[in-house]
Formats: sequence, structure tokens, C-alpha cells
Amino acid sequence: MTETPMTDRRKLVEVRDLKMHFPILGGILRRQVGAVKAVDGISFDIFEGETLGVVGESGCGKSTAGRAVLRLYEATAGSIRIDGEDIATLPAEVLRKKRPAMQMVFQDPQASLNPRMTVAGIIGEPLDEHTNWDRKKKLARIYELMDAVGLNRDFANRYPHAFSGGQRQRIGIARALALNPRFIVCDEPIAALDVSIQAQVVNLLEELQDQFGLTYMFISHDLSMVRHIADRVAVMYLGKIVELAPVSRLYDHPLHPYTEALLSAVPEPDPSLERRKDRIVLKGDVPSPANPPKGCNFCTRCPKVMDICREQEPETVEAVPGHFVACHLISHPQTAGRTGGTEAEHNQMKTQQGEVA
Amino acid sequence: MPDGATPVLDVKNLKTVFATRSGEVHAVNSVSFDLRPGELLGVVGESGSGKSVTMMSLLGLLPSPPAEVRSGTVMLGGRDILKIGAEELRNVRGREVGFVFQDPMTSLNPVFTVGFQLCEPLRKHLGMSKAQARNRAVELLELVGIPDARRRLGDYPHQFSGGMRQRVMIAIALACDPKVLIADEPTTALDVTIQAQILELVKELRQKLGMAIIWITHDLGVIAGIADRVMVMYGGQVAEHGPVREVFANPAHPYTRALLQTMPKMHGARDAKLRVIEGQPPMLTRHPTACPFMARCAHAFDRCGRENPARRDIGHAHDVACHWDHTTAAPLTAAEASA
Repeated sequence: MTETPMTDRRKLVEVRDLKMHFPILGGILRRQVGAVKAVDGISFDIFEGETLGVVGESGCGKSTAGRAVLRLYEATAGSIRIDGEDIATLPAEVLRKKRPAMQMVFQDPQASLNPRMTVAGIIGEPLDEHTNWDRKKKLARIYELMDAVGLNRDFANRYPHAFSGGQRQRIGIARALALNPRFIVCDEPIAALDVSIQAQVVNLLEELQDQFGLTYMFISHDLSMVRHIADRVAVMYLGKIVELAPVSRLYDHPLHPYTEALLSAVPEPDPSLERRKDRIVLKGDVPSPANPPKGCNFCTRCPKVMDICREQEPETVEAVPGHFVACHLISHPQTAGRTGGTEAEHNQMKTQQGEVA
Repeated sequence: MPDGATPVLDVKNLKTVFATRSGEVHAVNSVSFDLRPGELLGVVGESGSGKSVTMMSLLGLLPSPPAEVRSGTVMLGGRDILKIGAEELRNVRGREVGFVFQDPMTSLNPVFTVGFQLCEPLRKHLGMSKAQARNRAVELLELVGIPDARRRLGDYPHQFSGGMRQRVMIAIALACDPKVLIADEPTTALDVTIQAQILELVKELRQKLGMAIIWITHDLGVIAGIADRVMVMYGGQVAEHGPVREVFANPAHPYTRALLQTMPKMHGARDAKLRVIEGQPPMLTRHPTACPFMARCAHAFDRCGRENPARRDIGHAHDVACHWDHTTAAPLTAAEASA
């Protein structure tokens, strides 16, 4: 491991066993007949000033996780400590006071900007809500923010429709920055943008991070962009984090078969490399989160599936310091040599020896 | 362009214009390309580059007005399909040219079963009986890898997952054994692991059926994996075109070069900062007398503003529409330009 030990750094966000289940109602009485386990017990930390990438396919729960972390949903279970305070249990009024420190940039810049508000109105709205500044001071701040994200001040009184996708995303970013947040959840901020515009927005996010010391949770399905922007990456599959590791470690030495398959599925803009590649093509589709399979969630598609995988859910183990993985191949000593490692910092991440032969 | 076999599809100087309140939009501006039997031509470009409109213009799929195919020829099976009547064109669509659209949910009809939608072209175009069509439909679903095909004929589109729906779309497009398959961003709405499945399927189908394919995408990685030739579009024009290895190894147009550089890599060292293409894609309301990429181009010079560059051959079946010479990293000399 070349990275500095993670324990030296301050944790800004600590999520423990977060669950977000959406009820399925049925029958005449609309009683709960089941639950969509969108996020089913995830734990992770985000260190101050770093970018945690969260990757996975649609429906894996990565966006739900991002929203639950900011308590835009009421989590079903688990704790979310941001800057030492458990926001999962805070009363609404206290939580509101905490909101300025944690913000969000949404995927669709078209849908997340009110078409009837001017750019100045949109960027200034958080200021209206959380400060009692006068007009002049607010306007000065709005201009400052527009400069920071590379929007021309002259356009402050225009409406969102007059802007291109990339510029709209800049408006969304300026709004998120308005109250000097420390932590920003970026939920697929570049997914709706053209390739040539994506790089502009990602560079902007990185510059702002350096300038204001921001901490990001960067949710994306674009694995190559996450490799570029993230310091550590969590891979989600069907509501669970299957692997979490520093970025170079994850991309060069993935341990979970799903991560391997996901990485090998990314097409690369290099014909000679593309055609030589031994691609792992997964069979079938992701099971429904309302009815996940018994045992490991990935057992229905895993190319390396074993009997134990269909029986028992794998525990998350720290295979190498800082590299967490939930897979029987790693945690089950009969099939794979256990690499050991220190006991996980997460109390529920204790290694359990499988008793199934 | 040197070529071996006679092309199955030959498009010359296609121009499509949209009438809008703020003037005419030149969405497709003198696009020419051909497609040879059995090959896969990749078409890359950003939204608004004209890649989809080009393909829809070929088959008369654009509503007119506002769209107008102003000029050009599209030779398919020995005739110009821009000049044939609506009835005959309907026989071309589905029968000679199959089309797969981006979003499989909106392009399948939700109130008909998949079986019905698969049998429709078979009965209309090939005059099959109900029973014949059903048997062929089962074969087609099996061909695209849908398990338990006979039973699934009775299912509605919502009962299929995204990847499976796209397989159904491909099966419908293949139903009448078309000579040409046009796939418009067929994997953009899909996850990477499902996209990998569809790409494998297409490789397999090409070997089995040998039809020619036009594959539209904005993802250079997809093109690198499956295409024989690639055509890069920008601002309604062809910026660069050539064999896929040649174009990726020696990109000649500043746009292609920049595009390849902006994409973060999956291997090797991470770049400290991504290269960006500054600015925005062009508005196509003015008739392009200048190079459409000029405003964003690092190498632009005065001539780029005066004259829209024509495509010029640069060897190895590779051509580029640019006044700048990537081999010398300098503007073309007058002699070269007139050659």
C-alpha cells in the first residue's frame, strides 16, 4: 500500500449499517407486504477533503445511499455521523441548521433547476433560507459564486432554459456552494452531459475541492471518470457495498468478482486493447431488490460462485489494510488463502470464519 | 475512398434542414459515406452533431415539416431511396433496413405483446402465415439469446428487463433479414455489464448473419471494440473518417484528438487534470461557411473562418475535414489545400 494510513486522517462522514427500505403496499388495506431493500446495511467513512467514489449499476442503491446520507430520506436503520453528530436522529429544526454544511449536486440539471426562477434567484435561494443578509450582500455572494463556477455575471437574470447542459450543471454547483458547505454529495453530476462537457465539469469540481477544501461523495456509473476523480471507491451491488478500497488498489487489484466483471465491461477507446481484452461477460440481470437471493446477493450471476455463497451472506473483511471486500472467496479459508489483515475499524465488519465446509 | 466490394448503402451529399422560428437549422450538411457488405461502421458524435438525424433522413423518418431533406442521394439496392414513393419506402424500412433505437422502452409498444410486435413485420413484409410467423419469432428470440422464447412471446415489454428489451428490439430489426442494420445508441440506456452482453451478441450475430451495420454512439470505447470503420461527426458534418485502428492511432482532426484526450483512462497513471475542449457545441442556425469546430479549436486560423473545410484524403483510407495538418502541426499550405 502506497497510500498514507487512513487512520491518520479525520473522518468527516461515518455511516454505519445504513438501511433504506421502501415499503411495498398491497391488498385492499394497503398493508405492507414487502420492502424494496434499496440500501441494505452499508457502512463507510469519508475522510475530510477526500472524494469517495460510489459506483454500481442502475438500481444498486447508490443514489438512494447518497440521498439517505444527507437525510433526504428517513433512513430505515443505521447511523450517519457527519462531523461527529448523528444526523439520522436529529429533530427537523436542528437538522435544518446543519443543512448548510452538507449539500447536493443533482444528476439532471434540467429537472433540478426551477424554470421560473432566474439564475440569481436559484443560486441565492439557499442564502434567503439560511442567512439574513441584505440584498446587496446576497448579490455580491451570488456574483462571487458565479465567478467561482465560471458563469458570466451578465447572465444572472436569465432563466435556466437559456443555458446549455454544462452551464446548467454549473448553476447547480454554484447553488450547492452558496452556504460554504464542507460535504457535497454529487449524484451522477456528469451523466446527462456530453463527453466534451463532462471533463469541464469534473475539472471544475476538482478545482473547487482544492479551493474550498470540500469533501465529496461522488456517485457515478462512469468507472473511468471515478478512477480519475476519486481517492477511494465503494462498489455497490443490490443495496450492499461489495468492495471498498483506495482507487489504485481497486482498479488494479479488484478482489470481488463483481468488481472484476464491472471493470472488464468498460469499453476503452483503444482498438488494439479492446480486442485483446478477455472480457468477463456476466450472465443475466440484477435480481430485484424486493426479493434478493439467499446468501450472497451476487450469487445468481457470479462466475466464481461456490455452494456457500448460496447459503450464507459473506461478511465484509479487511483483506489488506484499507481494502474491504464482502466475498466468500476472500473470507472463506478453504477456497482462498486468507490474507488476514487487522481487525476492521467497523465493529460490524468483524471477520467471521465460515463454519460451512 | 478506395473500396473492395460494391457498397450496400451509398450516401452522397445528404443535406437536411429544419425550419425553426429562429431560422433554418442545418442539422446535416453534405454528409457522404458508404457501407460495405458485412462491415460495421461506427458513427461517433455528441448530441446535436447530426448523427441520428442523418440516419433518420435516409429512411424518411423525420417529420416534414419541420424537417426537409434538401439534397443528396441514398443508393440502396440499385435505387435512390430518397426519390421513391412512401409505399415503397415503407417496404425498405424493416425489410431492407432494420432500425434499433436508443430507448427500448419507448420504442416498443407497451400494449402489444412482444410476440405480436415480432410477427408484425414478418406478416406484413414477408407475407407469412400466423403460424409461420410465430415459429420464426421464436427462432429470432432464441437468436438474440432470450431464454424460454416460446413462452415469452406472450409477454408484454414491461415484463422484460432493459437489456432483454434491447434484445427484443434487435430481434425485430433482424426479423426480415435486412441487408443493413442501423443501431442508434442501442446501449446508451443500458448498464455497462448489460452493454457488454449486447456487444457480445452483436459480434456473434455479425458472424452468423453477415449483415452490414451502422452503429451510432457517443462512446469511443464502444466503437473501438466493435467497429471496422469510424466516422466522427461534428456540427452536422463528417469531421473525420477511416478504419478504426487508423483513426484511433492517428487521429487527424483536432476534435477527434481532443475527444480522445478528454476521456479518462482505465489503465496507467491518472492524469492530474483532464484535458478539456473549451466552449460549447455550435449553433447550426447559420449556414456553415466556417468550420463548425473553429470556436473550440486550438489550431484555428483565419482560413477556418472563411472556408468550411472539405474532406481530404490523408492515406490509409483515412480522410479528414480540416485546414490544419496534424502531421506537421501547421496550417496546410496553399498547394496542399488545392490538391
